[in-house]
Amino acid sequence: MRAAPLHEHNALQGGRPLPLVPEKVGTVYRGGQGQWSWALHRITGVAVFLFLLAHIVDTALVGFGPELYNRVVHVYHNPIVRLMEIGLAMMVLFHALNGLRIMAIDFIPKAADRHKELFGVVIGLYLILAVPALYFMGRGFVRSL
Amino acid sequence: MATTTRPYTPSRPRGAYSRGRPAGGIELWTWFFMRVSGIVLVFLVLGHFTIVHILGDGVDRVNFAFVSGRWSSPFWQTWDWAMLFLGLLHGANGMNIVIEDLVRRESARVALKSTLYMVTLILMLLGTLIILTFDPAKGHSAIVGRFVK
Repeated sequence: MRAAPLHEHNALQGGRPLPLVPEKVGTVYRGGQGQWSWALHRITGVAVFLFLLAHIVDTALVGFGPELYNRVVHVYHNPIVRLMEIGLAMMVLFHALNGLRIMAIDFIPKAADRHKELFGVVIGLYLILAVPALYFMGRGFVRSL
Repeated sequence: MATTTRPYTPSRPRGAYSRGRPAGGIELWTWFFMRVSGIVLVFLVLGHFTIVHILGDGVDRVNFAFVSGRWSSPFWQTWDWAMLFLGLLHGANGMNIVIEDLVRRESARVALKSTLYMVTLILMLLGTLIILTFDPAKGHSAIVGRFVK
């Protein structure tokens, strides 16, 4: 059987036909909100995972008693580390909200057709939640200086 | 699962902007797992972040007494353990997808994946041991407690 061209292939599976952009066939880069949310989801995901590894190790030190843990956790009170903590919060928040958008697209048929507006909703919710988080964590940062 | 080259095959049933649902096999299971663990982690992690890092002066008050107090309660022990378990599996599976996508050389891919699986397993065991055997009265966990001076 002849392999269906990209735009037909998608249509055959019940989706809307993709635009014919021959030079972009064979890559996942198709621009727009889809590409940017995809890239950000990966970057934030990898960063949060790498932090998680370190965070499990430092929290595991609780099991070794107060002296060691208190010495190590003091690192988190350092102003530079507090800035990194703020960055972590911003990444976790984006990954969480964008993950909910991916699930909506996967499980609600109508959501897929509105994925651009949905990304707008993600950005809106992100700002609503990030601003208070920035305020409280920023206060902590200023205190630590 | 481990294909060296992945020609772009659009398997998306609807929108063009999500990794479409795989047809079956372990990929379908991990696809579901990512979404189920993801939705649980949204609550666990954002809740954890709000309570530990934002409320009440955030990390300023985090020390041994703070964690010890929390781990006196089976509720927070379960919360933290679920976060450890789901976070590691969700993260490891995500890293697995990234490695599949980016690393073309078989040997490099095997090395990276083995490291990933090993680190994930070790941290899962370590974290489980520390959280579930933590004794607030003694001030340490089982087994590793013997290293406490």
